[in-house]
Amino acid sequence: MSAARETWLVLGASSAIARAFARLAAAEGADVLLAGRDRADLDAAAADIALRSGRRASILDFDAADLAAHAAFVERARAAAGDTMLNLFLAFGFMPAQTEIDADPALLHQAIAANYAGAVGVLHAAAPIFEAQKGGRLVILGSVAGDRGRLKNYVYGSAKAGLAAYAQGLRARLYRSGASITAVKPGFVDTAMTFGLPGMFLVASPESVARACLAAARAGKDEIYVPFFWRAIMAIIRNIPERLFKRLNI
Amino acid sequence: MELSGWGRSSRARVEACRPERQADLAGALNPAAPNGLIAHGAGRSYGDAALNHNGRVALTARLDRILSFDPASGETVCEPGVTFRDLLAAFLPRGFMPPASPGTAFATIGGAVAADVHGKNHDRHGSFGDHVLWLDLMVADGTTRRLSPTSESDLFAATIGGMGLTGIVRAACFRMLPSAAPTVRVKERRIAGLDAFLAAFAEVRETATFSVGWIDALARGAEFGRGILETAEFEPAIPPPPAGRAKRVPVDFPGFILNPLTVRLFNRAYYARVPAAGRERFARFETFLYPLDALYDWNRIYGRAGFYQFQCVLPDAEAPAGLRALLEEIGRAGNASFLAVLKTLGSAGRGHLSFPMRGFTLALDIPRRSGTDDLMARLERIVRDRGGRIYLAKDATLSPEGFRAMYPKLPRFLETLGRVDPAAVFASDLARRLAIRPAGSQ
Ligand SMILES: Cc1cc2nc3c(=O)[nH]c(=O)nc-3n(C[C@H](O)[C@H](O)[C@H](O)COP(=O)(O)OP(=O)(O)OC[C@H]3O[C@@H](n4cnc5c(N)ncnc54)[C@H](O)[C@@H]3O)c2cc1C
Repeated sequence: MSAARETWLVLGASSAIARAFARLAAAEGADVLLAGRDRADLDAAAADIALRSGRRASILDFDAADLAAHAAFVERARAAAGDTMLNLFLAFGFMPAQTEIDADPALLHQAIAANYAGAVGVLHAAAPIFEAQKGGRLVILGSVAGDRGRLKNYVYGSAKAGLAAYAQGLRARLYRSGASITAVKPGFVDTAMTFGLPGMFLVASPESVARACLAAARAGKDEIYVPFFWRAIMAIIRNIPERLFKRLNI
Repeated sequence: MELSGWGRSSRARVEACRPERQADLAGALNPAAPNGLIAHGAGRSYGDAALNHNGRVALTARLDRILSFDPASGETVCEPGVTFRDLLAAFLPRGFMPPASPGTAFATIGGAVAADVHGKNHDRHGSFGDHVLWLDLMVADGTTRRLSPTSESDLFAATIGGMGLTGIVRAACFRMLPSAAPTVRVKERRIAGLDAFLAAFAEVRETATFSVGWIDALARGAEFGRGILETAEFEPAIPPPPAGRAKRVPVDFPGFILNPLTVRLFNRAYYARVPAAGRERFARFETFLYPLDALYDWNRIYGRAGFYQFQCVLPDAEAPAGLRALLEEIGRAGNASFLAVLKTLGSAGRGHLSFPMRGFTLALDIPRRSGTDDLMARLERIVRDRGGRIYLAKDATLSPEGFRAMYPKLPRFLETLGRVDPAAVFASDLARRLAIRPAGSQ
């Protein structure tokens, strides 16, 4: 293979999409660094990926909400990747139901800490790596919930909207050093977050989302919806006039 | 949600949870909930073994990590949701195969342990449970125990073949076997009738690594019991032929497509495919093991009403008369049925409720129509009278009395169950139908 060796740093590696992504990336020849809080789970995932793919898979402790630790974390990740090209897949997220948040303000701050502050914090800490290595792929899992604030999900949605705006700015910054940022907006995906929830339709498998993410990252795409038709669904939702939208129960 | 067995004749409304990591598994237990809990792997059991109507089900397919592998010994540890497909993809290139594999690669290791599955190499290598070194089992009180033939041996024997009723397997350690090549040399020969089949098997079970027979269950008269015998050996000198792509069945077939005439024609063509003098071909190991996997959801060809799969084993001595009686009964019913599978089994499994015993096993699909339940009862009677056994992983119709007669180690199973799960936290539709637990408990 002529391409330089790559390492995918996967943040929030225990989630279903991240697991599928890490497996796929390794199967296609990359090393992986699995970062998250559930060490036992990450150990299992790393062993599995190494056995199936023959690639290097290691784990790193990472807590998105521990903002003060981000700088040191990023350094450990850089060191663990050795002389390979580092890529980053940001998959962590925390989606309590809006009603739960209304009942417990602590959840509001946790949602903001994980989905916005934690994400932006670690990306900002990692940005110099991509400038230094003059390249790399970043994939940021956002959500269609960030496209418009909705009655049923606006704390989570607003955090993802903030992250999307941050990603746009960072994309422009890293563009200058040859690194790309792909913002991914999944619709309904068959994960622990959605399992058993009512009202799900056209649910995508984590594997298919992972495939779309990897393909989009390789192509250097700026933004994708998965499955693709969510772009159309969200275009409609974004275009409903606010005076009507505020009456809708969605 | 609604779940069904692979035969789509058993259905259940269940409350499901789907742990994605080991830490989530404890949450599956909720002793206060009615009707208990049962593990559900890939749902490839045909009947109600992995169903629990109005109760809870833990879907274990996402616990699918291979945790370790020792190339020196073949020892492998994995989570229960790992499938045979996963194992072959990871280890066939390194010269290892699962020690026993069912006819579908989509089955999970949890299901393989719980049904103590057997493959086409049973005479040579035994069933899956024979190769298990230890199991981590989450039991009714929420604790996890490590079971092996030497520690907690009784619970080990109750869990191998125990149809999920002792708890949830969260990890399994088993030994894989060396596989000499990704290619097998398959020999196919025509067998003229039932007696010839039994004689041929008596020979190949001693010599062949893999063997399986296909019987035309609708053939009559001089053709009664005829079929094709396949044997296979690894063939290191030949590279594997290209893999075909799995196809899907787009819709449920309407009932009339499968009628005695079309099935007779199909079976006839299947027989005629192999020349009178026999033939030899090379196949990918997976294609030989899992011919049906080429059609992903083939169970839809039986339509909405679904089908039963009948599988029994008869001891060697009873096989000639017993198989004749079964095939005659099936032929008389004229219930359209594709090829029946005939195999030999080598020895008894290690589990209290393990299916295998030394003898002949016959398996065939029976579309569900009016009168089918009576046919199933008549087949059950024959098996029972001949000292045989019906396979729980396939079953949807066995009676409690038949079950008790066929599984003589049930008392030991129950003794163990009474100790680890006195309150019947684990339960399934199969367990209730067969009244596995004595009346009074669930
Ligand atoms: C086309 C086809 C061919 C087949 N050929 C064969 C064959 O040749 N030989 C053979 O032996 N079988 C055969 N089978 C049957 C199949 O191997 C068994 O039914 C097997 O148990 C299916 O595994 P599963 O993962 O789908 O389990 P499920 O069907 O989901 O469950 C089966 C049983 O296993 C239990 N179980 C599942 N996971 C766990 C767990 N983690 N912990 C505890 N219990 C668990 C369930 O409670 C249930 O009792 C075949 C099935 C098909 C569809």
